[in-house]
Order: sequence, then structure tokens, then C-alpha cells
Amino acid sequence: MDRTRPAYDEMYAEDARVRPHYAAYSDWLVRQPDDALRQKRAEADSLFHRVGITFAVYGEQEGNERLIPFDIVPRILSASEWRTLAAGLEQRVRALNAFIADIYHGQDILRAGLLAPEQIFCNPQYRPEMQDMDVPGGIYAHIAGIDVVRAGHGEFYVLEDNLRVPSGVSYMLEDRKMMMRLFPELFSLNRVAPVEHYPDRLFENLSSVAPAGVADPVVVVLTPGANNSAYFEHAFLAQQMGVELVEGQDLFVREGFVYMRTTRGPQRVDVIYRRIDDDFLDPLVFRPDSVLGVPGLMSAYREGRVTVANAMGTGIADDKSIYPYVPEMIRFYLGEAPLLANVPTRVLRRPDDLAYTLAHLDELVVKEVHGSGGYGMLVGPTASEAEREDFRLRILASPEKYIAQPTLALSTCPTFVEQGVAPRHIDLRPFVLSGREVNIVPGGLTRVALRAGSLVVNSSQGGGTKDTWVLED
Amino acid sequence: MLSRTADHVYWLGRYAERAENLARTLDVQYRLSLLPQQLHADGIGWRGMLNTLGLAAAYADRHDALEPHRVIDFIAFDRDNPSSILNCLRTARENARAVRGTISSEMWETFNATWLEARANAPSRFTARNVAEFVDWVKYRAHLARGVVLGSMLRDEGYHFMQIGTFLERADGVVRLLQTRLACEPAGTDGGPVAHDYYPWSVLLRALSAFEIFRRVSRDSVTPGNVLGFAVFRRDVPRSVYRSAALVYENLQAVANAQSAETERRAGLLHASLRFGTIESIPPAGIDAYLNGILATTADLSERIGRDFLGHSPAG
Repeated sequence: MDRTRPAYDEMYAEDARVRPHYAAYSDWLVRQPDDALRQKRAEADSLFHRVGITFAVYGEQEGNERLIPFDIVPRILSASEWRTLAAGLEQRVRALNAFIADIYHGQDILRAGLLAPEQIFCNPQYRPEMQDMDVPGGIYAHIAGIDVVRAGHGEFYVLEDNLRVPSGVSYMLEDRKMMMRLFPELFSLNRVAPVEHYPDRLFENLSSVAPAGVADPVVVVLTPGANNSAYFEHAFLAQQMGVELVEGQDLFVREGFVYMRTTRGPQRVDVIYRRIDDDFLDPLVFRPDSVLGVPGLMSAYREGRVTVANAMGTGIADDKSIYPYVPEMIRFYLGEAPLLANVPTRVLRRPDDLAYTLAHLDELVVKEVHGSGGYGMLVGPTASEAEREDFRLRILASPEKYIAQPTLALSTCPTFVEQGVAPRHIDLRPFVLSGREVNIVPGGLTRVALRAGSLVVNSSQGGGTKDTWVLED
Repeated sequence: MLSRTADHVYWLGRYAERAENLARTLDVQYRLSLLPQQLHADGIGWRGMLNTLGLAAAYADRHDALEPHRVIDFIAFDRDNPSSILNCLRTARENARAVRGTISSEMWETFNATWLEARANAPSRFTARNVAEFVDWVKYRAHLARGVVLGSMLRDEGYHFMQIGTFLERADGVVRLLQTRLACEPAGTDGGPVAHDYYPWSVLLRALSAFEIFRRVSRDSVTPGNVLGFAVFRRDVPRSVYRSAALVYENLQAVANAQSAETERRAGLLHASLRFGTIESIPPAGIDAYLNGILATTADLSERIGRDFLGHSPAG
């Protein structure tokens, strides 16, 4: 984690030799003229526009939909790298689900003293409405998006657990479709593990957590509507699963059950894959001004008449203030050593971590514990003196709101940019499905920071995506 | 099917059809305005079109003078006119986007591409000056969309609601197109063959893609009465009012629910009146009233369908 050393490159070893799992691709790549690649990239852009694979941008009128830039150079993981990663992800998500179940039941972890009670009960992500309620299979985070980066000599680190409404899986699927269309020959040169069955797995997973006694559950996807930035993904997943895409106004609760309004009258709904935040789900319980949700949903949910995925209150486990304790959770709930490392994290509510951080602001990344999407964050080495000073004051005002981490030299992957193929920093978001069993489709969404040297991969801040290949043995 | 989904497919059908009908109406008026003998009547023609489309007031708000290129621009491209062809294509696309998970991907891509291309080309390639090219393009995209719907859409309720929207709109649009033409007829025409009738009414037939059909199925000459009878009452002409009403009725029967009996009855009544009606049974002076009656029925059916199926609250 020494940032003077160049970042780990996914394709090239330190002696500039191509890593074995990239060999077939690299042989192919060097034979492609830049013009041909440029033309393929233009073709991809026009296809994405026509197919409408876009994200909506708030506050703009006509043409308020943008493309997330797609890079035509894939990110490749070897079979053994993936095995390590997948085992670690499954372990981590099992522990996180166990943690949420424990928090909303016996709270053994608090009694064991691993976490202070105020870290839970003073956290806005803790939902008292969920206390002592049983959910099917004891699963809370049915769909988890775990952000993983590589640093140092290529070790994996978990950067963030996304357990509320993680998005991006549609790009994983569409990027693959695009690569197969643009470069079919690559898929005969490489044995790439398929990802296309994700919607089937998702549907099975959602069906498996239906309320007890429902034989053929009616599953729906609940979206905030066509103006939401991830609307394409909501519509895409509903279509791929063959289920209805509903808005809050399409659902209502009567005599304890949830129904949707159809042209033939009300129809029962058993499982809601919701892509709306907790706060907006039920105006009777959460934000009363929400028009996106369904009045009475929470009471039907508490009665076990409908399953909501992900469960309400999962935010307590993916909060940045809880993140530093996940390795402890793995030991505590599973009795296992963590297979995937956390990024070493300083918790500024601890006085010595605070003192260290203030003395090393120019080296560290400081994050607000409730921020997301790359906002509310100080990247010390690239920030100006004034920005660091501003953050110092904010930290001193309420240190418990911040954590600090070393600036990771995220791994780089060759990327096709204006100047040709050049290394750019990347991360990875695999999607972990938990139901009756845990399922991970090989790969995930690779995000890439398209600006040279940038470490910010978020699509809201100039990031793009790549197809992610897991090679089969 | 979700009521909201049915609502969106219904309006998808309506707006796609409306864009095409507007293009066809514009086409007729534009071609007629090129005729030398029509020069003096030109103002009447453009004004008559705005009137029958219900857009005269909206136009007057935007422009002082009635100038052909401004009228064309207003009907075809004006982004502030919610009923312009461009906006109909946009609204059709917005409705498709709202149900992109329900309709086929090919359908969504077609409606999306139509809108993206229209937006990219107006006002550079498509302008009032070459409106004929634009009209051809709109018709071409409409043919394409129809084919995609026929070839890729599941024949479930969504398909029926889209058909209902399409054919209600078509009945409405064709009636308005006929009224536009009638508004330019000199008063006191008795319906007999007059040489100067030929061109305007054959243009109208062409706008309905029905000139060759008329020639083939009818020995009659091109007169206002013959063309009206043909465009309103023939079952086998794809854009006739009768055929549109028949398809509304047929598709409505396929989706009937517990509360839709009265709506079905009224659609059936319209269907029967066109099935057994003849142009000869309507006195020439009563034609406009007859056509207005059809417009009132289509408006009533639209409102009732909204209430019975699509989750709209009752008007008033």
C-alpha cells in the first residue's frame, strides 16, 4: 500500500510481461489498428443510444438521458483469482446477513462488546420498525453489491458493502452483450464464463424468499419511476425476469395484503424487489411526504404477508461507520478467518485514530460515514490546502461522522482512450444473491476512471464501465 | 396487466398514430397548395386544416399572420406546440419508455430511434421547406413501427389496448382529414362529377394510401361523395373509418371486464352504424354533422376506456 510504487496492472506484470490469463487477448489486441478500435467504440455508442441504455440526469429537460461511457477493453480475471474472490464474497455476505438478523433480534454482538450500543441505536440507518420481526429464511440483504479493489501486489480489498439498493447489474449484462456483438471472435479465443443467466438466478432467489405457504409467488419490481437515474435497470430487470414493473401508485394494501391495480381488478403481490430507499417505502411509517411508496406496506410486511427485498433496515450493515467491524463479524458469527481484507480504516471516534488522521491529512482519504457516490469525501493527496483545511474543521466539529483510509493505488487496466490504449484505475462490483442459497454470477461490473490518474470511478463523476471476464479453467 | 401499463400502451398507440395522421393531413394540404388554381384558396386551406385539427387558437397565439411555412413549422416541428408531429413522436417514445419492460425490445428501440432521429434532424435536415421529405420519413417510420408491433408483440391485453388506441386515433384522424378537405369545398356542391374535384380528392386518397385501392375496387369517378363514401364506409380499406371502428370494437371485446359493458355497447353501436350506413343516406348538408357525431363518439369512448380499464378517475 505504498503509493510511491506504481499501481498493480491487471494485464502487465512488473517486468512488462503479459500476465498468462491476458495472453490470448493481448495477442489479439496488438493486431488491432487504432482506427478499427475507434470505429468499434463509435458503433457501441450508437447502439447504446438506440437501445436506450442510459441513465437519467436530474434537472435537465430534453435529452436528459446520458450514456455511461463503455470501454471496449475487457477486464479479465483468472479462474483462480475468481475462486478466491467468490469464496470471500460469499463468506462476507453470510456474515453481514447474520449481523443484521442479530441486530434486529438478540443483539449478541453488542453484548459481546464488539460494537458500542450507540453505534447502532444512534445510527439513522437502524430501523426500530424492524426490531424482533422475522423475515423469510433470515435473509435481509438478498442482493448485495460488494465493491472490491486491488492494490499492492494485486491483493483484493473490500472498499464498500452495498446492501440497500445496489445498482449496476444491468450494465454488467449489457456490456457483455455489447462485447459479444462487437468482437465475437474474442469469445472463441477465450473461455469466458457466462453471466447472462443472472436474471433467472435473481428471479429464483426472489421466489425462494416468498412468504411461507405461497406456492407460485407473484414477484414485482418496484421503481420510483421513469425519471429515476437507474430506471433503465429497473425496467430491464423486470423485463428479463418476466415480471411487472410497478410504481408505488400501482400498489395498495387492503386487509393486510398487498395488491396491484390491473385491468382485471386487484391482483395479490407476494415479493417486492424494491428499488426505492427505505425512507420512501411507506409514508405511514417513514417519510410522510413520500408519493413513491405504498401506504400500509410496512404493516403487511411485518405481518409476513409480503416479502420486501432487500429488507428494510439493511443500511445498518453497510454504513461506513460499521464497515471497519465486518472482519470481526465474520469471526464472531461464522467462527472463520476473513478471506477478504478490509481497507485498513481509522475510525475517527477513536482519539488516537483522530490524532493520526489530522496529522496525515495529505496522505489519507477521509469519508463521511453517511456519504455515497464519491461525495462527502476528501482525497488528501490531490486536494488543495484550502480543501484540507475545510475538512479539518469539519472533522473536529464531529469526528464520529468520519473514517479515514490510506490512498489506495487502485489497480489499473488497459483502457481505450483518446490517445490509444493506456492504463486507467478500476474497481469491481460483483453481485451476491442470497436466498435459500448464495449465488454469485462470475464477474460483476468493472468501473473505470477514464481520466488519467483519477481514482474516482463513479458514473456521476466521469467513470465508465468495462465488460468483466472470468476465464474458465 | 397493470392499469398504468395498459394506459401507457394505449397512449403509445394513439400518439404514434396521431403523428402519422398529422403527417398525412399536412401532406394533403401541402400538395394542394402547390396547385395554381388553389392559390387564391390557399389561406382557406391552411386555416381549414388548423380548424379541424383544433389548433387554430394555439397557432394564433404564436403567429400573427397565416403563412404556409409557419403553419407547416407549427404542425410539424414546433416544440412548444404539444400536438406537433415532433412532440407526438416524443410523447409516443416517452410512453414506450415507461413500459419498456413490457413491450418488446424491438418495439422500444424502434420508437426510441424514431424520436432520436427526428430530434437530431429537425430543424437541420427536416424543415418546412422540404416538408414532403419529412412526411415520407414519418410514414416510413410508422410503417416500420407497425411491422415491429405485428412481428414482435405478445398478443395479450397490452396488444389489444395498443390497437384500441391506434384505431380510435385513426378514426378520429381520418374524420378530421375529411373535414379539412370538406372545409375547402365551395358551398352548394351537389356531389356530381366536376373536373376540378379530381385533383384535391385524389390527393386525399393518396394521403390515405388508398388511391390505387379506390381505382381497383370502385368504378366510380373521383368525386367528393364517392371518396367520402369510400373513406368512411368501406370495411376493406385499411384506413377507413368503418374499419377503424370495427377494430376498436373487436379489441375492446377481447379485454372486456366487469364494468366495461356499456363502453362495449357504445363501441358496438358506432360499429353497427358504420357497418350499415351509406353515404347516400346522408344529405350533403348533413355530412359535417355526421362526421362531428363520429368525433363525439370517439371522444366518449376514450374517456370511458380510461375509466373502465386504465385507472382514470371519472371526469367532472
